[in-house]
Amino acid sequence: MMTPVIGLGHFLTVAAILFTIGVFGIFLNRKNIIIILMSVELILLAVNINLVAFSSHLGDLVGQIFALLILTVAAAEAAIGLAILVVFFRNRGSIAVDDVNMMKG
Amino acid sequence: MTLPLFFFYLFSAIVIASAIMVISSRNPVHSVLFLILAFVNAAGIFMLAGAEFLALILIVVYVGAVAVLFLFVVMMLDVDFGELRRGMLQYAPIGIVVGLILLLELLLVAGSAWLVPEAAGSGALPISGDVDNIRAIGRVLYTRYIYLFQACGLVLLVAMIGAIVLTLRHKPNVKRQDVAAQVARTKATGVEIVKVESGKGL
Repeated sequence: MMTPVIGLGHFLTVAAILFTIGVFGIFLNRKNIIIILMSVELILLAVNINLVAFSSHLGDLVGQIFALLILTVAAAEAAIGLAILVVFFRNRGSIAVDDVNMMKG
Repeated sequence: MTLPLFFFYLFSAIVIASAIMVISSRNPVHSVLFLILAFVNAAGIFMLAGAEFLALILIVVYVGAVAVLFLFVVMMLDVDFGELRRGMLQYAPIGIVVGLILLLELLLVAGSAWLVPEAAGSGALPISGDVDNIRAIGRVLYTRYIYLFQACGLVLLVAMIGAIVLTLRHKPNVKRQDVAAQVARTKATGVEIVKVESGKGL
């Protein structure tokens, strides 16, 4: 049913570190929108690790179902984000986030 | 140290190290490759937690689709990444402060949380030991969570249509087949009879 050899705190710690790295990545690469999208993927991965860890330690399958849904949304988000990126690059010739305010109405 | 614990530390160390490399690497192609490494090792962590199906889905969906999509876009766009990195460290101090506060809070929560013994196994969908993971997920995903499953499909459909609509463009100088115009052709519009006087060309 579960793996008691690895405590819940271990999983939560790894997820917390991964989440922090993702948030820090957004601050660090705030001009490069590709790296920002990758940081968002890292954050979602950290959330998934949390869900799976709780699912395993509570013996409840719902966490894994929910992680599956998050996976779907993350894939859709990446596809749309990269499509917007491609269109933006065609119009501007760069992907600097500073220029994005031209998309305002 | 038991063997699962050893592998857990191994996978976690590689995940965290490659996540750091994702955000700090100079070349975005390297970033994507480290992202793939992070996902594969996170799949190992999922496997250790007993979520075999999610671990394999993580490899198939993330490494096979999302990461390759990232790689494709990074290589397709001819971006001057050196220019993008200028002023990179400008926001690093506030980022470090925010990140440290966030990490401390998360670790406090993770360290002080404990599970009440009654909570285990009393959830909505208790995991039974005699059914393997994929079978257990399949049993509920298409019955109890069928609406969520359909909503997922809808999300993916909207994402697909959105991506196509966003990136499709018609170049003005490319000739395309117009089926309606072809079908609407009649003898009158298609053939023109011209009287040519003798001795003169057209």
